[in-house]
Amino acid sequence: MKTGAQRILEKYGKDKTRLMDILIDVQNEFGFIPREITVQIADELGMSEVDVDQTISFYHFFSQKPTGKYHIYLNNSAVANMMGRNDVAAAFMKELGIKFGEVTPDGLVGLFETACIGMNDQEPAAIINNQIFTRLTPFRAKEIVRDIREGKSVNDMFVQDWGDGENRSDLIKSVVSNNIRKIGPVLERTFTAGQAIDKLIKMTPEQVIEEVKKSNMRGRGGAGFPTGLKWEFGRNAKGEKKYIFCNADEGEPGTFKDRVILTERPRLLFEGMVIAGYAIGATEGILYIRHEYKYLQAHLESILQMARDANYLGKNIQGKKGFNFDIRIQFGAGAYVCGEESALIESAEGKRGEPRDRPPFPVEKGYLDMPTVVNNVETLCAVVKVVLNGGEWYKSLGTTESTGTKLLSISGDCKFPGVYEVVWGFSINDILDMVGAHSEDVQAVQVGGPSGAIIGRNEFNRILGYEDLATGGSLIIISKHRDILNDIVLNFMDFFIDESCGSCSTCRITPTLLRNKLLKILNARGVKQDIEDIVEWGKILKASRCGLGQTAANPILSSLKNFRHLYEEKIQKNKEYDCGFDLSLAVKESCQVTGRVPNI
Amino acid sequence: MSQFVRFTIDGTECMASRGQYLVDAARENGVFIPTLCNYPGVKPKGSCRICTVKVNGKLMTACTTPVAEGMNIENESADINELRKSIIELLFVEGNHFCPACEKSGNCELQALAYRFRMMVPRFPFQFPNRAVDASHPRIIKDHNRCILCKRCIRVITDESGRSIFAYRKRSASVEVVVDPKLGKQLTEDLAQKAMDVCPVGSILVKEKGFHVPIGERKYDKVPIGSDIENMQSTKI
Ligand code: SF4
Ligand code: SF4
Ligand code: FES
Repeated sequence: MKTGAQRILEKYGKDKTRLMDILIDVQNEFGFIPREITVQIADELGMSEVDVDQTISFYHFFSQKPTGKYHIYLNNSAVANMMGRNDVAAAFMKELGIKFGEVTPDGLVGLFETACIGMNDQEPAAIINNQIFTRLTPFRAKEIVRDIREGKSVNDMFVQDWGDGENRSDLIKSVVSNNIRKIGPVLERTFTAGQAIDKLIKMTPEQVIEEVKKSNMRGRGGAGFPTGLKWEFGRNAKGEKKYIFCNADEGEPGTFKDRVILTERPRLLFEGMVIAGYAIGATEGILYIRHEYKYLQAHLESILQMARDANYLGKNIQGKKGFNFDIRIQFGAGAYVCGEESALIESAEGKRGEPRDRPPFPVEKGYLDMPTVVNNVETLCAVVKVVLNGGEWYKSLGTTESTGTKLLSISGDCKFPGVYEVVWGFSINDILDMVGAHSEDVQAVQVGGPSGAIIGRNEFNRILGYEDLATGGSLIIISKHRDILNDIVLNFMDFFIDESCGSCSTCRITPTLLRNKLLKILNARGVKQDIEDIVEWGKILKASRCGLGQTAANPILSSLKNFRHLYEEKIQKNKEYDCGFDLSLAVKESCQVTGRVPNI
Repeated sequence: MSQFVRFTIDGTECMASRGQYLVDAARENGVFIPTLCNYPGVKPKGSCRICTVKVNGKLMTACTTPVAEGMNIENESADINELRKSIIELLFVEGNHFCPACEKSGNCELQALAYRFRMMVPRFPFQFPNRAVDASHPRIIKDHNRCILCKRCIRVITDESGRSIFAYRKRSASVEVVVDPKLGKQLTEDLAQKAMDVCPVGSILVKEKGFHVPIGERKYDKVPIGSDIENMQSTKI
């Protein structure tokens, strides 16, 4: 075991900042990270044990106990539940004779829950030994357990045919489907590798930034910061070395467009990174991908190699003297907060994914304290088209405030879940028509994931765009028969509670208190005061450091705003206030022990 | 560029050196901004959020934000004070704080802030978490019940080669601050005392020593926290 760990440590040059890669390899090789290896890593890297431990214990996919020869991570997102995940979960538990969080006594199978894995268009889904299994049914769960017991490898356990497009290729071989339902100018098929680089090298970096500024493009991650401006800051920032990061952490439940781009258009994405690197003067690009997409690793590595072979990456790219740029892939290990750009950088440095205080912003002081520009996958793809067709062309698409196109990840109760590339300016009603959902059957649409807003039918005429309904691109359609508070809001609150990095007092504590209030209301014990408390307490979260904490009350606050009647129906009538203390609950345990009946 | 910047706190004109963090800049002008996780001499890590102010209308932590020319800072408004009070209450309900039984009572910054902000009883339900007391180290006791996870110990206390002795473990509501099993055993007497002094609450205690200064004569027993700053003649430049 020790020699195995030693080999891994040497592979990464015993570099502390590559701790994530070291731990990922250890986890993959041994199925968990044993304490003795933690100590070994600490000693070799000149760290203390608790220092290594604080990184390990932060990430969902690192385990300090054996996870079984086969480890099943079943998604528990709201949409997975809508699509029948609970029956699948029950089937797994029954067949394996264990609960979630446990490993079978023979050490063969571990069963775990995991937050949205980016497969909302084909739920219920699970990750088994880094392979994705989609569209699960209780029957399929039984088959999988049978195959495991027969000792089949995960790759031999597929009975479905491979998914569409590149999912069928030798280096992926996955049952995942891309479900691209609408192609626009960014996703279009005619792009070939190197097209934009040929044009790029005839431009100066300033000209590139100028074109991007002209396009009025705003970052596609959700915050909507103007891309050209960010690049200009990056270009002007001083540092020995600069970095481009592509944020492919895609953790917002309901979003999966990056997965599709990584599968189908990685050349486009890499070219976007090269362009960004050229524009700001960076020599290294880091593509940070969430661990859930590890199944795409071989595919992506091979395309990077092809780009190097063709000199689209490497030294003096396409003969342009001094134009050096290469890309490496950094995987995460399961933490939604790493989608926040400074947390992503911390994680890439081998640390806990805790957001940094700002200022300084990453463009001044980012990865390894060097100027760093972090862009979203979709943004980097779109800039390729700006270089090819010009900023004016891009600007001509969409609306004044929101130029260009947007990739939407659409899931939930509709006929055609998948990825749609639309020009900005679509209304929710247009979208419902497009995806095969009858607006009279639809009760609500969750726009922008849990941190976004849940809107009702009276708002379906609103327009997607920065001027009205801004969104990172996820839309979850919720039909009439769903119970919004139980199925959606509670699930989202649990999500935020689990995913807080735990550093801010506000974000670490308040969401749990809000969730308890919600549960009280759902259990018919709520009073009017509880609704008022929720609104007041929700405000505290605004003082949190990052977007996660600042929006962690949104599931409750936005449903309370737009579906207040659901709350009001459930609270006790004629009771304005209670002391919040439940005597019968408080004495329940002692009554059980003493065998007494409470005299209340 | 001038070395000094002008800004206002609650409408009062102030002046400080460029680049100073807001808490320090305020202090120099005789204005107290409450802090918990901040500690002089180490990089700030805005984790307790108690120092939140509004800078030009935006919520920012004063311990991490450098002062800049023309900033309008809101520090003593009803909103901000209410927010701070609720954060103190959050910290009280998150752990188990039984002040009368705590060695740090009277020297505890959390308790002192609770008095200053006139907390009577927290508006939030007590969580009564099940937390352990770790007495496995020869010189210190780490009482998880009282830890407010401010990271001061993590940032201040390291061994000679800069390795952390204290560190976070896990995340979200299950976060805890633990002591390195090996380095914790090697903790010197001085470092143990320093760790206890660095901790704003009674989560790190030196073993076999207690109540050296009697209750009633401790730091915040007679004057509220922050009064030293407020009583100071403002050192206007
Ligand atoms: S808001 Fe939450 S997730 Fe963000 S830094 Fe604070 S504790 Fe971490
Ligand atoms: S032990 Fe004390 S100093 Fe360390 S994090 Fe906890 S409260 Fe802060
Ligand atoms: S003192 Fe500023 S956040 Fe804690």
